[in-house]
Amino acid sequence: MAGMYSTHMHLPRMVDMKEKVAEFWQEEAALSGPRKHTLQPIVTGTSVLGIMCTDGVVIAADTLGSYGSLARFRDISRLMKVNDSTIIGGFGDYADFQFIMKLLEQQTIDDDVVGDGVYRDAPSIHNWLRCVLYNRRSKMNPLWNTIVVAGRDYSGKPYLGYVDKIGVSFTDKSVATGFGSYIAQPMMRKAMEENPNMNVEEGKRLMARCLKVLFYRDCRSLNRFQIGVVTGADSSISEPISAETDWSIGANPSGYE
Amino acid sequence: MSLCQNDIATDAPEWLTGEHMTGTTIMAVEFADGVVFGADSRTSTGTYVANRVTDKLTQVADKIYCCRSGSAADTQAIADYVKFYLDLQENETNEEPTVEVASRIFQMLCYNNRDQLSASIICAGWDKTNGGQVYCLPLGGMCVRMPFAIGGSGSTYIYGHCDNTYKVGMTEEQCLKFVADAVALAMHRDGSSGGMIRLAVLTKDGCKRLNIPGNQLPTFWSK
Repeated sequence: MAGMYSTHMHLPRMVDMKEKVAEFWQEEAALSGPRKHTLQPIVTGTSVLGIMCTDGVVIAADTLGSYGSLARFRDISRLMKVNDSTIIGGFGDYADFQFIMKLLEQQTIDDDVVGDGVYRDAPSIHNWLRCVLYNRRSKMNPLWNTIVVAGRDYSGKPYLGYVDKIGVSFTDKSVATGFGSYIAQPMMRKAMEENPNMNVEEGKRLMARCLKVLFYRDCRSLNRFQIGVVTGADSSISEPISAETDWSIGANPSGYE
Repeated sequence: MSLCQNDIATDAPEWLTGEHMTGTTIMAVEFADGVVFGADSRTSTGTYVANRVTDKLTQVADKIYCCRSGSAADTQAIADYVKFYLDLQENETNEEPTVEVASRIFQMLCYNNRDQLSASIICAGWDKTNGGQVYCLPLGGMCVRMPFAIGGSGSTYIYGHCDNTYKVGMTEEQCLKFVADAVALAMHRDGSSGGMIRLAVLTKDGCKRLNIPGNQLPTFWSK
């Protein structure tokens, strides 16, 4: 603060002061030491896919945590069962996702402790996540994630929501994050157009097909994934499985390909 | 207009002013009775070797150690905090702390201060609930349990070797050889790792430390 007046031989007019003060504080902020915001994601997860079926919702993600281009953690779970009505999937920074998982775990414990048998449903969790993520974004310290919320509401109707690090939030019949939104979303939409009354079994097969194509085309993916399903009764996440890949198109390359 | 002067001398060579980093190779492997740790012994300041006999295997509780990589100052400070908290808990509960709790305290510190810290830690040990366990805490503050973990700048050179050599269900001797060979291979190629290999075996009976001097390292093809 001391430097402000000592560098000027005359007092500036009030109108000029406002700009100079703004400039001054911006420079102070830039020089005043460590800034408190998440500058970059470190260990990241790639696409999460979700699809709404007639008798439930299917959500899927691979089990890879990438450290830049290094496929460093090949056995992490990016799907989390919050309670019997909701599963969430996390794209983006895995440390931030672990933080979100811890908060949601505590919420479920709190619901449990109340003891009235009522647990937060998928729309409630989706809304809560939107509030948290938008609030962090507004403080310029985002949780660097896109979360897919798959589940059912209190009336039992299937629910599928999306919320990202800047607080964008919506629901849809099929959602995807990252590479999935370019590659898997068109596949899921086409399948739903051809078969509007898809059930959960068909949904799981569609997910496996989408994840296989993502493994072909996404550098940061892994052929090892989990599929979560929320039905009218409960929610569960499968053990990790792999898709059969087809390399026959590469058998007889012509020229460079 | 600049109103604050930044007056750190800029002509001094980097090795005089650089932050002490443990550009490193660290490793921990779980086996039936406990955990085997390994680390190199080089602390570098830029390209100068500030300490060629560093001990990067730091004890935070009786049967819980951590391997430190990244900024030496940051990781030493974090380890001191964790040691303090675990000691406090042990006094309050009269029970030995579990490795999972230790790793969660590391996570709390590393995650909440992730923008200011440069610390990548492997926390491993033995407790009576779950036996030997290894937890990896890379930059950013996530925490995940793994059968074996490698870290530090030298680890990039040995991912292939470790994936090729690791087998489930190795004995203590096999683990020691696995760790010594892997750390030696990393030191061979990584300029920021070197010196000697420090090994430790942690079981329910306590910790056994071993050193492989820098002139007796495992050898491989080299020209």
